[in-house]
Amino acid sequence: MIEVDFRAVDRKDLPPPTLDFLHLDTLWLQVTGTLCNLACTHCFISCGPKNDSHPFMSLDDVRGAVESAAAMGVQEIYFTGGEPFMHPDIKEMIELCLEVAPLNILTNGILITPEMADWLAHKFKTAKYSLDLRVSLDGTTPKENDAIRGRKTFDKIIASVELLWNAGINPVITVTTCHADLSAVEGRMKFIELLAEHGITQPRMKFLSPFKIGREERRDQGYADYQRLVEGDLLEGEEHDLQCSSCRMVTAKGVWPCPILIEVPEARMGISLDDAAIPIKLDHPACYTCHVEGVSCRT
Amino acid sequence: MSDMKVLIFGGIYNNYLALEALLEAAEKEGVDQIYFLGDVGGFGPHPDKVFPYLRDTKNIFLMQGNYDHSIGNRLEDCACGYTDPRDNYFAQISYDYTLENTSDENKDFLKSFAPEFRRDWAGKRILMAHGSPRRVNEFLWESTSPVGFLDYILKASDSDVLFVTHTGIPWMREFRDGRKVVNVGAIGRPANNGKTTVDYVIVNTNTLDITLHELAYDHVRLASEMAAEGLPEPFVQTILTGWWTTCLEVLPARERARGIH
Repeated sequence: MIEVDFRAVDRKDLPPPTLDFLHLDTLWLQVTGTLCNLACTHCFISCGPKNDSHPFMSLDDVRGAVESAAAMGVQEIYFTGGEPFMHPDIKEMIELCLEVAPLNILTNGILITPEMADWLAHKFKTAKYSLDLRVSLDGTTPKENDAIRGRKTFDKIIASVELLWNAGINPVITVTTCHADLSAVEGRMKFIELLAEHGITQPRMKFLSPFKIGREERRDQGYADYQRLVEGDLLEGEEHDLQCSSCRMVTAKGVWPCPILIEVPEARMGISLDDAAIPIKLDHPACYTCHVEGVSCRT
Repeated sequence: MSDMKVLIFGGIYNNYLALEALLEAAEKEGVDQIYFLGDVGGFGPHPDKVFPYLRDTKNIFLMQGNYDHSIGNRLEDCACGYTDPRDNYFAQISYDYTLENTSDENKDFLKSFAPEFRRDWAGKRILMAHGSPRRVNEFLWESTSPVGFLDYILKASDSDVLFVTHTGIPWMREFRDGRKVVNVGAIGRPANNGKTTVDYVIVNTNTLDITLHELAYDHVRLASEMAAEGLPEPFVQTILTGWWTTCLEVLPARERARGIH
């Protein structure tokens, strides 16, 4: 925990820190843009069934980005959206990525059919590199989860987690800590007990702090004026912990520094990954969350 | 002097019994040099028992891992690179025990260890690092270290053959052009494979043939000493069964699925 009273100085007129780009370790692909089968109240990019501000990426878009990233020596690839399993070409996309690097898919799990679960499990067992799924769940009861992710989603998510586990895939359950006590030890134990009740004996969990932008800004509240980074805030060695020193996000509309900022037009870095291998200014309030909470979007 | 037999290992984690067995194996194999890639402490019992072996062995080269840096500098934690609270909880128990039970003289000795080793063997540029050439606590797992990425790591570090440890699970990846990346595993705890043996590597510096070896040692005795020291029961179980029980969250999906916990 960093104990600094940022309010003690007037920070809004100070320049933001600059962060060097070290290497493209992580390629993020917004494969289904902002289109999602759910419209969670905490979503930091307002994804939903009607938001096509970032459309689906084409198979060629994905191939192009993956080839560029491979030439840069990428270590790992992530799919997110929106909901990646809405994409009709998802299998081809998964296959072409796994030729090059390990792949993580962030999903709500709801659209994964038994046939898809078996196909994923086969890829998991036979691909050269690791295939990992992260399934989002925001509570250990329907009441807790459905208040954020939508009516009846708890049962559907649990069913998909069971389906994956039984097929041979053990997804990482990703929890956004909107319910404050979920990240504490007791909160974590509740998730582990829930998974055990459903036969999952090797619980894998990731807890993420919410970002106060997108739909979450309306659910909770936005950032205060003082909640932004200025020169001198970064700790020694922190550049390695901030994922934006080693990742870029590609959508159908271009390249962004990280998965969080794709609805911030000024954050767009260009059309190709080569354009984006440059330093960035950490001038967005969401950067404050990554710094203070130590958030990394990596699994 | 290029024609040598060299033993490379990492991650002692206080397991002085495995170290003793390793040095006997080195003697039997007729090894010319021994390279230790770091992390003396953690996990096992009686931290100070490791040090006489390290001081008294000839032709041994000692590298500083993240654990050695932390213990040497009396830091608050091991900087192991875990991101999950459960992993950190168990790691901290080991760390506090090791910090408390390592003498000042041995702590200072850890500060003298080298950050990396570079050699020229058979005309190839050899690099040994703890986690990766760019970061002491970077995990290089087999399933998440693709060829293109390793190509970048080798080029960026001006090396043709790279040896690392830190993850505790051995693997080797060979390029068509003869370059290699090898994780030598660890001798301190088994590699989450259901075997109670631990792992090291032997290299012929003339041919650059690299072989992974499994090492048996008195793991039952180690387990009983750990229990007597009050170290966590899950740690003891790992030594007795060969399956990891803690620090699991850091494993990629593939490596996690191979274990039973």
